[in-house]
Formats: sequence, C-alpha cells, structure tokens
Amino acid sequence: MRTLITVRVNGLSETQEVESNRTLLEFLRDDLNLTGTKEGCNEGECGACMVLVNGRAVNACLVLAVEADGAAVTTIEGLADGAHLHPLQRAFLAHSAVQCGFCTPGMIITAVGLLKENPRPTEADVRQALSGSLCRCTGYRQIIDAVLEAADAIRAEAAVQEVAR
Amino acid sequence: MPLPRFEYLAADSLDGALAAWFERPGAAYFAGGTDLLPQMRSGRRLPHRLIDVKRIPGLASIRDLDDGGVAIGAAVPLADIEAHQSVTSRFPLLAECCATVGAPPLRNRATMAGNLCNASPAADTAVALLALDAIVIAFGPAGARSIPIATFFVAPGKTALTPGELVTEVVVPGTAMGARGSYLRLSRRRGMDLATVGVLVARSGNGGPMRYRVALAAVAPTPLRVAEAEALLDREGDGAANEAAAIARAACSPITDVRGSAEYRREMVGVLTRHGIAALV
Repeated sequence: MRTLITVRVNGLSETQEVESNRTLLEFLRDDLNLTGTKEGCNEGECGACMVLVNGRAVNACLVLAVEADGAAVTTIEGLADGAHLHPLQRAFLAHSAVQCGFCTPGMIITAVGLLKENPRPTEADVRQALSGSLCRCTGYRQIIDAVLEAADAIRAEAAVQEVAR
Repeated sequence: MPLPRFEYLAADSLDGALAAWFERPGAAYFAGGTDLLPQMRSGRRLPHRLIDVKRIPGLASIRDLDDGGVAIGAAVPLADIEAHQSVTSRFPLLAECCATVGAPPLRNRATMAGNLCNASPAADTAVALLALDAIVIAFGPAGARSIPIATFFVAPGKTALTPGELVTEVVVPGTAMGARGSYLRLSRRRGMDLATVGVLVARSGNGGPMRYRVALAAVAPTPLRVAEAEALLDREGDGAANEAAAIARAACSPITDVRGSAEYRREMVGVLTRHGIAALV
C-alpha cells in the first residue's frame, strides 16, 4: 500500500510515495539520500538514527514514514548554516568527541533536542538525555563536555543577539 | 531488512478505529510503536493492518478531573506525562515511573497505554498505576468500560482487553493524591534496558489513616501488588519493614533470564522493599 506524503526535511518540502512499512529512517537514507542519519540496531536501542520530528528527538527507526506526513524533520545535514557549523558541531570538534563517528549524528541531534527543552542542563541532565545513545569509542566524557560547552556557547550567542537588538 | 508488509490506516474517531479493526480482525492499534515495531521486525507479531490512534480527538491530551485526579489520553507520549504539571504536582510517583522507561527520545514516542497493553511483566508505569488504583478506560463494540488496573494484567503479553477493544485513557483518581514514595529499579544499563527488578513502596496520608503500597515489576508473570505486606505495614508501620520485605520476597515468582537469575531477583525484592520503606518520609 503506497501513500503520498509531504515532509519538510531540513527546511525543504519533499513529496514522495512511500510504502506503509517504510520507516522514516529508510525514507531519509534511501529515498532522500540523507545518509548522515545512521542505521545501527534498527530497534530503538542504540540512538544512531536520531532525528528531530517537530523539534523533538526520536529514533527514526521506530517511526513510519507515513506518520511523518505533514511534519518538520531535522537531520544532521540540516544543522549547519552553509559552512557555519552549529555550536554543537563546533563543540564536538573542539573536544574530540568523535572517534569512529558512527554515533555522532545521533548524539548531536539528541543534544539539539535537549538544549531546545533545557538550555541550561547539568551534567546529569546531559547524561540522562543521551542515555539512549551508545558510543563504543569515546567513553562519553568528551561528548558530555562538548554538550555542556555548546549549551554555554548557545546561551552566550543568544545574549549577544539580545544586546544587539 | 524492511519491516514486514502491512496496511496503515490513521483513524480519526473511536468508531472509525473500531470499524477498521473489525473489518480485519487481528489488526493492531498503533500509538508510539516503540514495542510494536521491534516485535514486528523480529516476527513476534505480524498484524496485517496498523490502525494509528494518534489523530483521534481526545486521545492526545491530559485532562484534570473534578476530584483532583487526571485522565491521561492513550496517545500521550510518556515525555509529556512525566512533565505535566498536574502529574508532577499530584502524582509524582507516576512521573517518576514514566521517566524510567527507555530513554528521553524513546519517551517522545512511547505511550503509557502502550506500556500497559504490551503487558510486559517489567512494565514500569504499571507499578505506579497499581499503587495509585488507576482505572483503564477501554472502548469496544459495547461502548466504554472501566477496568481497574489490578485486573488489567492477565499474563505476560496478555491483558483483560477483549479482541478489538482499545484503551482510550487511563484515569488516576483524586483519592490517590498525596501518595509519596519511590520506585527502586535495577537494570543492566541505566538507559533503555528493561528492569531486572522493580519495587515501588509508597505511603499516603491525606489526613486519614496511613495506607501503604508495595508493587513489584519484573518478578512475576504480571506486575503485582503485595496486599499482605501492605496490610501489615498499615497495621504496624515502618517498624515492620523486615517482615514486609519477607512477605514481598515470598509473594514474587521470578524467572531466570538474561537480566538476572530467579534467586537474585527474589533476594533483591526483599532488599529493595526494605530500602523503599526506609526511604519513606
């Protein structure tokens, strides 16, 4: 059974026919070629496939593409503004929070979702938010430091913009 | 590997959802999908039709009730329940148990009704709802009916729902307001993993006589309350902690699986019951 869906992905409207058993993850990777979002376990355990749906982090392997009809989806490809990286991407680089890189898009997207809801997280908040995301390389320390620093940077940026206004 | 094939329908009314089910009996109601989709991927469940209930009016909201209770719609994600003002202020135990399921992104999708309907012996929200005397509202061909949570779980994966019946909301009655306590839970990994053992101990004052609650997860075919331990504590208070713990140990019937042995689980039920009573304030 095929259904026509329209999804706003990283600000662009995408209209395609999908089978009902197509997951949002398959739709993004295989139909739209947005391979930044990774497939790990395919059962919601690892967090590699995290995307934002209407601003909230979800495991894309556990969402059907047909359900995303009418939604706004943000993937890792949608964070940078041209060559200008998102503060979380910059912080991950600065802290070497990346080793093999497979978990990184999911980690960063989950952190974006966290900082939207809670701009001033404690370390415990960050650990809790990322508890559904597995990294087998870094030991998490650098990732947590990066998220905490990015939270500071985003708040500082917002404060500067406030003054400028 | 793709999911097995199925037909997807988004219902826009309860009657529509029911009609869609009875048109193809064996269909599955679909809310967060966080249990259902992995079960389909592994072949444990193969419904030929999924009926999405998230667009049915009323199912996606939390209502305050006149008696101080709350009615939580079946399609409300756990993340919204654990953060809802009425829940955190009046039923903090429920917020606490919701927040132990999976990890935050999973809880942006997973629902409490789904957690109940999946009927895992380890259902974390079930222990809070058991302690709070919650009522499951189900809708079927004969209309709506109330199912006390104490009779909702029948066996692993099996509930008191009849074929085609659909949970519309879960009511936490105002009489359960003010219950305080904690849910002590052991798991192999802090996020995502199911409980190896879960023990909830609570006490309600409300000006009346003290009422204790002891509820267990992952140590019997269904989540359960230990009425005998509660009655003893009601009579004798915190001082009866050791005896209450012994009763809870005897009341459970755990199995050995990848998460822990039956012996370990039983032992931990005793330990956590004691800890839970000691933590009451």
